[in-house]
Amino acid sequence: MAQYFTGTDYLLSLPVVLLTLFALGILLIDLMLPKQLKWVNAVTAFAGVLFATAGVWRIQAVYAKGAGGYLGRFAFMQSMLVDRFAIYFFYLFLAGTALAILISVRYLEIENEHHGEFYALMLLSVVGMMCMAAGYDIVLIFIGLELMAISTYVLVGFLRRDRRSNEAALKYLLLGAFSSGIFAYGLSLFYGLTGSTNLRAIGNALQHQMMVRNGHADPVAVLALITTATGLLFKIAAVPFHQWAPDAYEGAPTSITGFMSVAVKAAAWAMLLRILVFGLYPLRSVYLPLIIFVSIATMTGANLAALTQNNLKRLLAYSSIAHVGYMLLGLVALASVDYTQPAFYDGFKGILLYLMVYTFMNLGAFAVITSLRNREVIGDEIDDIAGLYFRAPTEAIMMLIFLLSLAGIPPLAGFYGKYFIFLSLIESKHYVLASLAVLYAVFGLYYYMRIANSMLMREPLEKELLPLSWGMRAALGVTAVATVFIGIFPNWFIEAVNWSLGLTQATPIAGLMK
Amino acid sequence: MVPLSYYLVLSGILFTCGVLGFLIKRNIITIFMSIELMLNGVNLSFVAFAAHWQALSGQVFVFFVMVVAAAETAVGLAIIIAVFRTRATLNVDHVNLLKL
Repeated sequence: MAQYFTGTDYLLSLPVVLLTLFALGILLIDLMLPKQLKWVNAVTAFAGVLFATAGVWRIQAVYAKGAGGYLGRFAFMQSMLVDRFAIYFFYLFLAGTALAILISVRYLEIENEHHGEFYALMLLSVVGMMCMAAGYDIVLIFIGLELMAISTYVLVGFLRRDRRSNEAALKYLLLGAFSSGIFAYGLSLFYGLTGSTNLRAIGNALQHQMMVRNGHADPVAVLALITTATGLLFKIAAVPFHQWAPDAYEGAPTSITGFMSVAVKAAAWAMLLRILVFGLYPLRSVYLPLIIFVSIATMTGANLAALTQNNLKRLLAYSSIAHVGYMLLGLVALASVDYTQPAFYDGFKGILLYLMVYTFMNLGAFAVITSLRNREVIGDEIDDIAGLYFRAPTEAIMMLIFLLSLAGIPPLAGFYGKYFIFLSLIESKHYVLASLAVLYAVFGLYYYMRIANSMLMREPLEKELLPLSWGMRAALGVTAVATVFIGIFPNWFIEAVNWSLGLTQATPIAGLMK
Repeated sequence: MVPLSYYLVLSGILFTCGVLGFLIKRNIITIFMSIELMLNGVNLSFVAFAAHWQALSGQVFVFFVMVVAAAETAVGLAIIIAVFRTRATLNVDHVNLLKL
């Protein structure tokens, strides 16, 4: 291990550094901009995302080449592991952020809260996400988590004169800080058990302790696992730790709700997979029953609660919790077999593909809801979307595509997300769970079709055409095309996921766990 | 030399007090202080383990937890002020606009 930092370390942190610089730049430029030129901040933020993407592309070209190349590189004394898994998530975060920036501009102008801090905080939260996905040391992961969370608390409360936005920020902050405290306590116990903050060292030490105790876990390890897992499940909003999500999603500015439901959630998943699958893999027999319970509770609770919602943002919040339940099933399959089995990789693939597909279809649906905000109409009730087909036909058809994809109807993208999850469940012989998941998908169809029904069949409350900004059109176009395209040509995207897991390599990702 | 277990029991008590305070108290500021108490329990356990393992990484973590707690407090108090301005109350039971 190098005792000093080299150029490699700095290249690997290039996207993080670029995003930080752009965020600080926006804060400076914002001071000089008159009120009608605030859109320049959005352009700067978008440029920052593009530069960071170029940085990730550069890392990928140098350190994670195709067959025969490396799977990834450690940086900063093994506290950061920029592997293909991390690079995959970097692209997801950047795509989600770019789309969220596009849909924010007009929305913030209507709300009369168009400040540069909005975009700066968004970029800073992406910096935190990248630290979570690439962190290989619990210190870095914790810092990344908090950087992301604190930026998001402010973004949720960004409409500071709005009572609902304030309340959402308060609830999100209190429960978020509470869960971080529990998470940190779990980490401190793991540090005490193993004497290291590095995930690999923690994993090796736990493996050794399990062997010494004939495959039984230390009671302290079980306590540490439960507290850590509670913190992680809070962050991905799984039932019974989900209460903050509907409130925060409903009160937040709509474009931020979209951002939270894709990028922030993907980051929480990256962290969860890093910790539970890479670090705590020796304890998988201990957390498997916990994950099974939580996934069933999540699918049941969220799908039942979504049936009766009349607020679109709240409905989609429950639907996003339900999607977390499906993704947790992939984790169940992954943790119930050894990493030499196909179910391990199919479960992993399922989660990663699901997150990619979900980024596009869910952000698309939130983009449509964002566009409903117009002069006096808040536009988040199911009545506000009534007759959308007569006011904006193209948009209504795009929304229908997103809803069908969220419900998992082939040949749209959402189907392939679920496909690998169910496949891995069957491969790992969880037949009951697989049939339960299919059953709940039917529930999903009901509440998505309720929105579609209101949108296509009912008379509009207002007659005038819905104005769409250019940013909004671009975002809707990209998300709709991606949702259809992934569904029709899934092979390329499955290849991308295989690449991120190193399945094209002689030593797949599991090689990193030894 | 005080044995490690004493520190761990104390950190467990601090953490539990924080969790109970978070669940029982109704004043937002008190809830916030309970979260700080939880984090201090975490800090104590990290420092105790760092001394036990003769390693510095645990103490480094404590520094970062303190920084994070300070940042969280700054943002948290700002949000509490915003909430107070729109409702003139600090009781969480009265902050109930977002419901089913």
